[in-house]
Amino acid sequence: MERTALPGRLIWQIGEVVATHPETERSKSLTLALPIWPGHLAGQHVDIRLTADDGYQAQRSYSIASPPEDGRQIMLTIERLDDGEVSPYLTDELRIGDKVELRGPIGGYFVWEERLGGPLLLIAGGSGIVPLMAMIRHRRAAGSTIPIRLLASFRTYDDIIYRDELEHLAGDELALEVITTLTRTQPPGWTGYMTRIDAELLRDVAWPIEQHPLTFICGPTQFVETTAANLLALGYEPTRIKTERFGPTGDT
Amino acid sequence: MSGGFISRGFRGRRQQSDLAGRIPPGQYLERRFPVLSAGPTPHTPLDKWDFSILGKVREPKRWTWEELLALPHEIPTVDISCVTKWTKLDTHWEGISVETLLQQVDYDPHSVGYVIAFSDGGYTTNIPLADVLGGKAWVAFSYEGEALAPEHGGPARLLVPHLYFWKSAKWVRGLRLVEQDEPGFWESLGYHNYGDPWKEQRYQGD
Repeated sequence: MERTALPGRLIWQIGEVVATHPETERSKSLTLALPIWPGHLAGQHVDIRLTADDGYQAQRSYSIASPPEDGRQIMLTIERLDDGEVSPYLTDELRIGDKVELRGPIGGYFVWEERLGGPLLLIAGGSGIVPLMAMIRHRRAAGSTIPIRLLASFRTYDDIIYRDELEHLAGDELALEVITTLTRTQPPGWTGYMTRIDAELLRDVAWPIEQHPLTFICGPTQFVETTAANLLALGYEPTRIKTERFGPTGDT
Repeated sequence: MSGGFISRGFRGRRQQSDLAGRIPPGQYLERRFPVLSAGPTPHTPLDKWDFSILGKVREPKRWTWEELLALPHEIPTVDISCVTKWTKLDTHWEGISVETLLQQVDYDPHSVGYVIAFSDGGYTTNIPLADVLGGKAWVAFSYEGEALAPEHGGPARLLVPHLYFWKSAKWVRGLRLVEQDEPGFWESLGYHNYGDPWKEQRYQGD
């Protein structure tokens, strides 16, 4: 099995915030200019390390939202966790011109590039859309014609991350379908789905298994567990389903 | 390492000092139990489940679920650290020590350098033999007094708490004893070959 070659050592470097963009009330995109960047694959992440003035440090991982074609600039989209130690700093404190220490790219499995083929079924729960957006942006930037279906679940219309870009892309790009379900409230006139991503919705939306789809699922643990199990029940091949989970199982 | 870099305006959330010494560098204290897996959760029925020791052994050995559970149980209380930065303290497990299993096979400890754990779903991870002997590793089937949940690796996972938790292979089905080291799944994808949290061996070259 061909694997992604990573350089020998991941070096900490200091990037500069060159743009910020609020995506939703709770999430924000940061564009960082990096002094060195070996290039990444869509789906990979970086480690961010924050250092307080007394030397205390905290590290977290964040998915890259931008395509490899952006060179030495990467975009991260951060969801603010109210009880988080790092995400409120990144979303609320950082300004254009601030510096951020990071290293990457990291992770060579939850990645997509054209030679891996398709069609792609991308399934996002909330901010799980971030690494999948890198795949969508990469497909466009690389001029790939591999069909993509993105199935994204958010609570409300205002929680949809990358809403404008997705609406634009879905109208503009051939063979890119964006299917959104809003699980809590829907705006007047909403014609999309309104349920959680369950077996019935997947039967409607998922590629037929004869097309040998490649699936990426990213979201909270229970979302990923349920969705992957439902796809297996539809006959999807386990080795063609790649998952990335965040968040705990719930209890302590 | 960070060359004196300070994150403007970052204060952070320090651990109370009695816990700080138990949290490896770059990790934070997590009270819940996050899940990370690269693919769908496999579900092998217990009547089809077995555990094998293969490779450089005189005779491969296989235990059914009942046979495994009939071996002496241990109840380790351990701290665990995931490479994704969380550390969980005082987790309670029940399982069979890998040493107990290895005592039941005939192998030459001088010609076996590593064990390769293999799992349902195709996952593998490599560990030096010395790191699974001496009460440092278990095949665990119970967590906090309950059967190990499938998303956490049930029915049984490897438990090697002194290494990053990707070494504690979920859904483990056996160990292959080998002479020469062979990188496993994440070890082939840029992660560190050994994975000591106290040395912060997250990625290749760390």
